[in-house]
Amino acid sequence: MNSFWIATIGTSVIAFTLKYAGHNVPERIFAHPKVQSINALIPIALLSALVAVQTFTEKTQLMIDHRLAGVSAAVIALILKAPFPVVVLSAAFTSAAIYNWF
Amino acid sequence: MSRIESTTFRDSLSVSITVGAYGTAFGAAAVANGFSVLQTCLLSLLTFSGASQFAVIGVLGAGGSALSGIATASLLGIRNGVYGVIMAPRLKVKGFKRVVAAQITIDESTAVALGQEVRGEKAMRQGFWLTGFGVFLFWNLFTLAGALGAQAMGDIRAWGLDSAVPAAFLGLVWPRLKTNRDRVLAVGCMIFALAMTPILPAGLPIIATAFIAIAVGLRK
Repeated sequence: MNSFWIATIGTSVIAFTLKYAGHNVPERIFAHPKVQSINALIPIALLSALVAVQTFTEKTQLMIDHRLAGVSAAVIALILKAPFPVVVLSAAFTSAAIYNWF
Repeated sequence: MSRIESTTFRDSLSVSITVGAYGTAFGAAAVANGFSVLQTCLLSLLTFSGASQFAVIGVLGAGGSALSGIATASLLGIRNGVYGVIMAPRLKVKGFKRVVAAQITIDESTAVALGQEVRGEKAMRQGFWLTGFGVFLFWNLFTLAGALGAQAMGDIRAWGLDSAVPAAFLGLVWPRLKTNRDRVLAVGCMIFALAMTPILPAGLPIIATAFIAIAVGLRK
């Protein structure tokens, strides 16, 4: 079994376990404000790190290429309050244009 | 389910279709990052949580280990558990129904349910089930379409798919940046992850930022 299968199954099992565990835990455990605060901050940290790594790295090297143009287009789309599919498509279109023509 | 309030129905349907459509981006990105069409579809069926799914394919696509991918996806999945804690006392279901409810406990079903609060608990339950099933249906259909589309594309860079993944993450994090503390954390984590990339094995720089979030959350 290769790492892609391990990741697919492992992620799925843990994702369901977390969801199901939540339905079986009394609500008061989550009442602490610091727990709520951390719960809101973890996705911000991980998703931001993923944006940076997926834009500026290739394996373990830092690099600037056509992806920066694509992600910049996504930033503009987000500032203009575009819906999610438009954000993703504007990034793909810009990136493809730079990659194909330069 | 007897009568469904029309506002609840409209909210659920519009969220289901728009969110489900991102499934195309996930399907395409997963195949572009080396997952097979079957693995891609299983992730949407079984993991069924957009951010976690994008995370695991992102980490493996960047050369990270299965363990790093699972860890990052699971840290993002914790919030679904928290949604379960919030929804359970309102849904009041047991046994198999609770298993089904757990699987469709995600950002969107919880958000629509909480959005119906003014219309009472019954509308909340209807919003939860309708949105959960609706997103599940469309997310999986569009995942398959995206995966098959990407498979037919060849060089994914020529189609801009290598930028669609970070753009998708950006689209997911953007609405969460509400305060200055959130924005500082986001930029800090980006810089940290990039600085650590040449030093740590792929995937670890991303997981490590979760500890920054915990430190920031404990301080205030």
